[in-house]
Amino acid sequence: MLYRENGQFKTSYRADLQVFPIRQDRVAIALLLALAIVVVPLVAPEYLFRAILIPFLILSLAALGLNILVGYCGQISLGTGAFMAVGAYAAYNFQVRFDGMPVVASILLGGLCSTAVGVLFGLPSLRIKGLYLAVATLAAQFFVDWAALRLKFVTNGSSSGSVSVAGLQILGIPIDSPVQKYLFCLAFVLVFATLAKNLVRGHIGREWMAIRDMDVAAAVIGIRPVYAKLSAFAVSSFIVGVAGALWGFVHLGSWEPAAFGVNRSFDLLFMVIIGGLGSIMGSFFGAAFIVVLPIVLDSLPYWFGIPIDTALASHLTFMIFGALIVFFLIVEPHGIARLWSTAKEKLRLWPFPH
Amino acid sequence: MKLASYTLAAAALLAATGAFAQAKEQFFPLLVYRTGPYAPNGTPWANGKQDYLKMINARDGGVNGVKLSFEECETGYATDKGVECYERLKGKGASLFDPQATGITFALTDKAPADKVPLMTLGYGLSSSADGGVFKWNFPLMGSYWTAADILIQHLAKKEGGFDKLKGKKIALVYHDSPFGKEPIPLLDERQKMHGFELVKIPVTAPGVEQKSAWLQVRQQRPDYVLLWGWGVMNSTALKEAQATGFPREKMYGVWWAGAEPDVKDVGMGAKGYNALALNTSGTSPKVIQDILKYVHDKGQGTGPKDEVGSVLYTRGVIIQALGVEAVRRAQERFGKGKVMTGEQVRWGLENLALDDKKLAQLGLTGVIRPISTSCMDHQGSTWARVQTWDGAKWSFSSDWYQADEQILKPLIKSAADRYAGEKKLTRRSPADCQS
Repeated sequence: MLYRENGQFKTSYRADLQVFPIRQDRVAIALLLALAIVVVPLVAPEYLFRAILIPFLILSLAALGLNILVGYCGQISLGTGAFMAVGAYAAYNFQVRFDGMPVVASILLGGLCSTAVGVLFGLPSLRIKGLYLAVATLAAQFFVDWAALRLKFVTNGSSSGSVSVAGLQILGIPIDSPVQKYLFCLAFVLVFATLAKNLVRGHIGREWMAIRDMDVAAAVIGIRPVYAKLSAFAVSSFIVGVAGALWGFVHLGSWEPAAFGVNRSFDLLFMVIIGGLGSIMGSFFGAAFIVVLPIVLDSLPYWFGIPIDTALASHLTFMIFGALIVFFLIVEPHGIARLWSTAKEKLRLWPFPH
Repeated sequence: MKLASYTLAAAALLAATGAFAQAKEQFFPLLVYRTGPYAPNGTPWANGKQDYLKMINARDGGVNGVKLSFEECETGYATDKGVECYERLKGKGASLFDPQATGITFALTDKAPADKVPLMTLGYGLSSSADGGVFKWNFPLMGSYWTAADILIQHLAKKEGGFDKLKGKKIALVYHDSPFGKEPIPLLDERQKMHGFELVKIPVTAPGVEQKSAWLQVRQQRPDYVLLWGWGVMNSTALKEAQATGFPREKMYGVWWAGAEPDVKDVGMGAKGYNALALNTSGTSPKVIQDILKYVHDKGQGTGPKDEVGSVLYTRGVIIQALGVEAVRRAQERFGKGKVMTGEQVRWGLENLALDDKKLAQLGLTGVIRPISTSCMDHQGSTWARVQTWDGAKWSFSSDWYQADEQILKPLIKSAADRYAGEKKLTRRSPADCQS
């Protein structure tokens, strides 16, 4: 009832092209932003920031990047962890090798390095597709793992192979407290989500989707597969690289290659699939599902005061988590984002949904 | 009337919260891994820690009347999960963390000073953090990877008949390819320069189940000795590979994390002759283990299986927790007996540990570890270790105690700590800060 759009007429192309054409959506998004930017920093406890919100934001950003590649352009990638690692290590190198390098510049340059590597490993996509491409991107994963472990240059000669950054600040404002870190990540996520949303709405996004749906037909109507595929790899790995740099700089503070292992790639792919392929919103849903759910499942026994063995709790978490993934994929193969839009459809027709 | 009842209710509520705050419990967060590839080694370690706390509560009623409480959090040896656990348990009033993993220690080393919670990393972690002048919140008690590597080289030299005999020898380091495995390299490089042996570094990808290529290299290089820097499933795999390639197990020397029962049990006789460092004894004869059996396991409150009590890693867990509890006791001596200690106070306790033979006897740790005393500058307290050998059924000591060579360690620790301080833009602690 509240969600009916009777009487909302669009009288100009501009109005028709808005990101959120329905007024209720605009209000909801404005409220959500107000909540995220103003209310949460004021009220949330430290644990929520450090253990849930910050990882959630950073992984949403990474999932967003991957979604552009997998969801919009149809190029399956298992190298996301590697592109995150490239972003993180490159940003680290800019930070330690150039004195007085601003943090934001380091992070964005890290993203650019990741773009270069992403395009390089995207080249096979011009010839191979689907699962074969997934295996080719896996090469990126192993190559970057190897480089981070073996090449002294990457870790700036750290004897243990672990690198760390400290004293982050923007224009003299330190990024130390959980709230500052949260807002820092939030700013990145908002900017990149807006950019991504507009990219996929525009002609570049339509090219990606045409390639995804049927590359031969797309080529026939004049879309250059080389350009479309490589631009998807470039944009995707840029965003993923920035997310990787944030993961290292803001969330962990000190990291080793294991932080960006192949498991990270799988996690992100699951996020995209569960959240919804080809949906910006879905990336956030997926990240929330993967980040928050295990923690909640882990803590449930404590909340209810049931004494349970730590190992058993951890195994149960794995099992329930796995079962939920299977359940979701059977009930809604298009992910949580699709569930969300179905719910919206039904609300619009309420009280007589069909 | 209504006002009066409200006031009464408010007063009752205040009293209740006051009582809650005064409920004397020293909370110990326990980061553990009972799942994943390192679980066989992580589990007895975690059980020992928990059983010791239960024993102190049952036997002494806590520390000077302060009960000990604890909560576990499963990290799975993953750094990001460890950070989440740290944040979760920190909020519940933690005053001392034992991260139980080198990678997690690295991540927490940056966070601990801001949160004012000390990190105790007995026998692992960041080797340079022995320097309390820079690492105010890190305590690599009883030794680090550098002391371990140093002792191993000393032992090899003794075996060969002097340091000069090491010249021209070839020593291979088969290591877990992670910060854990790479930590000893700077010290071994240093020793290599001094004595002229050749160090061959052979990395093994984590978790270490795939070692065929590593042992192929061992076979090609034909080293005189192999130093094994492994953890969990990597150790037994390495022993099996050594057996398959025919490398004599007598010439293999593991770090103390490669010298427990889970590492050799599956290999059995195939591991006969394999040597590893020992930080502590094993077996059920020490009084502390007897007390745990009596006060915890005999009452059916043991954390793990009873026959595991007293194994190498179990005993190490007991020692870690015992030192943690002693740090609280020491802190109480200064800041008030019978009070719950904060992170800062426990840190002082850790920095002023003085456990001589008499104290160790009181704790039931006679013979289990050597006396340990820490100071502001020395956060390690002791660097002693022995070599033990597996005879196919049990571990037994095969050498006397060694102490790591200060002459080599000190400058190495100092330069690494200074480098860290430079990177993080920290200043060394002043003598006044040492008193705090």
